[in-house]
Amino acid sequence: MTSPLTRPRRKNPVLRTRLPNLPPGGRSRVALGLTAAAALGRFELQCCRDCGKVQYPPSEACQVCLSERLQWREQSGAGELLAVTELAHSNDLFFRERLPWRLGMVRLDCAVTVVAHLHGDCAAAGARVRVEAVLDRSGQGVLIAMPDKETAHMADDPQLREFTCDPKYRKVLVTDGRTAVGQAIVHSLIRAGADLIWVGQSEPWKQFPGIEALRTLPQVSLVPLDLSDSEAVSELCAEIGGRVDIVINNAELHRPFGIAARAGIEAARAEMDINYFGLLRLAQGLGPALRARGADGQSSAVAWVNLLSIYALSNYPPHGTFSASKAAALSLAQCLRAEMRPAGVRVINVFPGPIDDEWNQTVLPPKVSAAALATAITRALQQGIEDVFPGDVAQEWLARWRDNPKALERELAG
Amino acid sequence: MDKRSARRGYEGVVAVVPITVPYVRYSIRTAHWFLARVLAELIRASGIDKASIDGLCVSSFTLAPDTAIGLTQHLGVSPRWLDHIPLGGASGVVALRRAARAVQCGDAQVVACISGDTNHVDSFRLTLSNFSSFARDAVYPYGAGGPNASFAFLTANYMREFGLERADFGKLCVAQRDNALRYPQALFKRPLGLQEYLDARPIAEPLRLFDCVMPCAGAEGFLVMSADRARSLGLAAVQVLGTIERHNSYPDDPVQVRGGWAMDRDDLYAQAGRGPQDVDLMQAYDDYPVISLMQIEDLGFCQKGEGARFIREHSFTWDGNFPFNTSGGQLSVGQAGAAGGYLGMIEALRQLTDAAADRQVAKAQTALVSGFGMINFDRGLASGAALLGRA
Repeated sequence: MTSPLTRPRRKNPVLRTRLPNLPPGGRSRVALGLTAAAALGRFELQCCRDCGKVQYPPSEACQVCLSERLQWREQSGAGELLAVTELAHSNDLFFRERLPWRLGMVRLDCAVTVVAHLHGDCAAAGARVRVEAVLDRSGQGVLIAMPDKETAHMADDPQLREFTCDPKYRKVLVTDGRTAVGQAIVHSLIRAGADLIWVGQSEPWKQFPGIEALRTLPQVSLVPLDLSDSEAVSELCAEIGGRVDIVINNAELHRPFGIAARAGIEAARAEMDINYFGLLRLAQGLGPALRARGADGQSSAVAWVNLLSIYALSNYPPHGTFSASKAAALSLAQCLRAEMRPAGVRVINVFPGPIDDEWNQTVLPPKVSAAALATAITRALQQGIEDVFPGDVAQEWLARWRDNPKALERELAG
Repeated sequence: MDKRSARRGYEGVVAVVPITVPYVRYSIRTAHWFLARVLAELIRASGIDKASIDGLCVSSFTLAPDTAIGLTQHLGVSPRWLDHIPLGGASGVVALRRAARAVQCGDAQVVACISGDTNHVDSFRLTLSNFSSFARDAVYPYGAGGPNASFAFLTANYMREFGLERADFGKLCVAQRDNALRYPQALFKRPLGLQEYLDARPIAEPLRLFDCVMPCAGAEGFLVMSADRARSLGLAAVQVLGTIERHNSYPDDPVQVRGGWAMDRDDLYAQAGRGPQDVDLMQAYDDYPVISLMQIEDLGFCQKGEGARFIREHSFTWDGNFPFNTSGGQLSVGQAGAAGGYLGMIEALRQLTDAAADRQVAKAQTALVSGFGMINFDRGLASGAALLGRA
């Protein structure tokens, strides 16, 4: 059984911080299908459209009928653990520093044999297990065999924690505490066991609903943070940068309308200043500190979460400038993801459908509640998912976008 | 079932001059250097000139970016028959059978079969991380244990399914070490006791240190020519009685418990006109002891699953009742990359030409050489075997 994590002792600042290493990240292009699904928290394998054979490792042709019509399809992951080993030696630095390391050979019920990382609670060979696809620290999809049934403190398994970004006993910066979403995120993080949460407020002299409730939480520390103010951002980053394990950048500015309904560019510029340049300022301020702490023990720097919007994928003309600012932020987030990768710090992009807030007042339901969005973010951290699409609208738009992005563009044009 | 082989035999073809380029743990030389050394030794020991070698067959993992063709220019040879065999532990057997056909059919008169690799301090890791696309995509990112991890699974499964103890594998390893003490090229020079084997440090449970081959540098080679040519050169020769190869056998087995030998052994013995009872010594590919046992079973010395009993009832030293890997095998000699796939072949040629010095198996008439190679993903894909007879 997994022993529960204990709160890490205060770090001795004199001791050297271990530098991050990555597990082997090289993959053939076809194998990245596993990564694409794992980024969404799904386990998919290649399935032949002609003869139905499921196969692994990924290949360019069906191993039975040689068809090239291979489709990635979701798998249950149920299977039998055939053999177990515990590595006491590795040829790779990342694993060498984390030995011993358990592996399993699993026969999936779909008649495919896989090699997988092995959760500590998986019983001996012969046991039923559930294989999941997760992202490793190099950002690539890998398989992990989990116990068939939920076990106590399952998430605390040290090997599993190398794949997840669990907030438990970690220190988190939430960039905007004023909104219902920001406050819901704080409450959700506390339930998930976060150790300390810095909560940004852009105008500290102003009161806002919910601030008193935040103040009473022992884990919360309110900090001044206005993402449009380069100097203020640098100041805060200098103060807390060396301790932040997870950044959740939920600050956003949202004004309706596209091009013709509004005169001038001030509103659009303000959106860009928070949604795009705000991310850039914060990433320049905190990125280097997080990168340096990618392997800093049990509670290493581990994730950067961006609150984007499903509108980032394809412009929604009634909210045209907001969409554009989120598209810009998405592009920058991909750059940030590439720059954080050498440290194993995951960049998680959240693409909610319309949030149930004042700026989406005229948007028809279903809308995403603050609580649901917060839960989705916490779950993404706990499960190590990289791209999150909370809400029915986001799920539907994603499906339409993946199916035919041009069709979605026409549909959104009304 | 008709036990006769439909295939032609290898009448009139022999293998001669087994050569070993001394093994070293690490070398600053390249694979080209080792392959050049072995070819030079083959020429010196056979007494033929370089121009007479009109066939060349090469195996090497560390020759990249070159293959056999590039090597012809390095070595200054102009063969009219050229082969590159990237089959790892099955290379020796496969090289022999292809070269034998080339000589038999007249496509070449003298084929030099050579295999060698270098081992730099970091070359093993580099070989592992790019061993195959399946390995890079689906094995190496899982702990980067290399073949240790893959064979740990096969070993753990074998033990669980067939009731083997570590001591059973230990008996093979200890006997091979005894053999190696009489083989001057072996890198392991100290005796190994069963307790030391059992207590060794874990590598990838259930595998411990002495279950795992040690990578090193070295080369092996032999010549294939007509029996008449060998006689006129005054070379001690070994007959090729029968051979098999099989790749990606039993792909539907959930985990490997058998290899291609199980599919083709009847054909092998039929072609040779001999049976398991005629085998005086066996040289199996032994990067891990579980695979030795798999070959013993699949080549018909006992039923599948009876390996434990077979090991307990036999002795495996050069003077035992089942002489096995009589030069020490890779586990006690070292694994010089693809040359590991030649080690057993070379030793069998020595045994059948009375060149095995103080580990000579008495009255050895028939030798079985078996090869296994290429853990591409979860199992070894290549298998082969050859029966050799005293000429």
